[in-house]
Amino acid sequence: MECQECNENVATLHFAKVINGEKTEIHVCEKCAKEKGYVNNEEEAYSLHDLLSGLFNFDSASYPNQAAMDTYRKEQLKCEKCGMTYQDFTRIGKFGCASCYDTFSKHLNPIFRRVHSGNTKHDGKVPKRTSSALYQKKKVDQLKEKLKAHIEKEEFEEAAMVRDKIKAIEKSHNQEGEGE
Amino acid sequence: MGLEQFIQEAISPWMKDEGPDSDIVMSSRIRLARNLEKIPFPLVAEEEKLKEVIDEVEKDFNEQSFEQYQDFELIKMESLKALEKRILVEKHLISPHLADKTKQGAVLISNSEQVSIMVNEEDHFRVQLYLPGFQLEKALEEAFKIDDWLEEKIDFAFDEEQGYLTTCPTNVGTGMRASVMMHLPALAITRKINRMIPAINQLGLVVRGLYGEGSEAIGNIFQISNQVTLGRSEDDIIDDLKSVVHKLIEQERYARELLLQESEIELENRIFRSYGVLRYSRLIESKETAQCLSDVQLGIDLGMIKDISKSILNELMVLTQPAFLQQYAKKTLHPQERDVFRASLIRERLKLED
Repeated sequence: MECQECNENVATLHFAKVINGEKTEIHVCEKCAKEKGYVNNEEEAYSLHDLLSGLFNFDSASYPNQAAMDTYRKEQLKCEKCGMTYQDFTRIGKFGCASCYDTFSKHLNPIFRRVHSGNTKHDGKVPKRTSSALYQKKKVDQLKEKLKAHIEKEEFEEAAMVRDKIKAIEKSHNQEGEGE
Repeated sequence: MGLEQFIQEAISPWMKDEGPDSDIVMSSRIRLARNLEKIPFPLVAEEEKLKEVIDEVEKDFNEQSFEQYQDFELIKMESLKALEKRILVEKHLISPHLADKTKQGAVLISNSEQVSIMVNEEDHFRVQLYLPGFQLEKALEEAFKIDDWLEEKIDFAFDEEQGYLTTCPTNVGTGMRASVMMHLPALAITRKINRMIPAINQLGLVVRGLYGEGSEAIGNIFQISNQVTLGRSEDDIIDDLKSVVHKLIEQERYARELLLQESEIELENRIFRSYGVLRYSRLIESKETAQCLSDVQLGIDLGMIKDISKSILNELMVLTQPAFLQQYAKKTLHPQERDVFRASLIRERLKLED
């Protein structure tokens, strides 16, 4: 199975995440797992514990020790680009750079919900120049979902058609990129 | 410099036009917060990096024109004297934060002063666009044009999920703060506004005083703006704000009617006493000035005071601020001296109407 993040390497880490009863399976290679923050990026990062604490937000009441560990780990989070730690962020209440949003992403939705009447997803203006690329990425993501569903149901003909569509979009996008 | 010329230069050209419902809505404003992808936000960025932002703006946008917005001029904070910065604050062209607390702060202002783009404030860019009266939709349309104009040259930090990324989590998403400045004397006199504010807050909108966050409503001037920036489109936010502003206009007009019906003589007394204070006092502080100006403006709107220009409140609210007074006096003034000077400036200004 291919890594769903880079679509290059073999996925060696598999896990399922359940949020509000909705199950999402994640298949990634080690490199992407580190880069995308599925696992802790520091040295020997692959203990089961790390995987779990990264993926589940344990209810602090039922798992007090776990919660303490999570808080500790959360506070150690540090944005590589600007040096802002999660602790700094909660103290100042401001981000240091655009990458902080990625670095702290797992902990942000509760904050956004509180500040923005329960909302966590942007609706509205999109930068014009980059919007076509964003639209394509969205489209590709949707097709990939479809592809996965077809494969799971062993509908290989349909899967092949979807795969070709994805390739076509990605190809045209790359050409645009080269043309600039 | 004569007073007339001083006023000409002190009042932003756009303020001289009359907008829809301008007897109650003084101005509409759209502010968009934008950041660069590649450079840390001004809060943590090294000064050198922030200088790069300024250099880029200088190269691409200084002395440029875009549609009706002519001759943008880049003004660096470091090149201004303290008093000059305060004047820009009092004209609402820059924030106190940009004036005092930023490294490498600058502002790009169109010659009509309708558009001001603060650089390296809390965010790399804060686009502000003003229109007179109640014109939120138009203001949004114009602000979007300016945003697109900047975006031709600049890569803004944007994420599909979270929208425009901003320094403060309270601005993320649209990065938009839409606000209107309203003169609500009848709702204030009847204290109805106090009961309306909590209801407005429940709709995700905020009511503040004239000078933004934390300031009190001097001169019965209230600023109403949106709080939520994530998960709702700019158009939806504006629609909400518009419907509340419509309601407030309706209620203010109704309260004025009611005041006239039930206590016309008391109201007239109040208005003309305030007019007297402005005309004849020799010492007046800024809060009393604002209150009297509010009364006189109400008198003009109700037709009790005739032959005075309608923009007197807008104009004198700006002119009687500390920095403007000192600019006109051409020297630093102590608070007491300011009160003397303020009284005399108002008297002179009202004489221009005779």
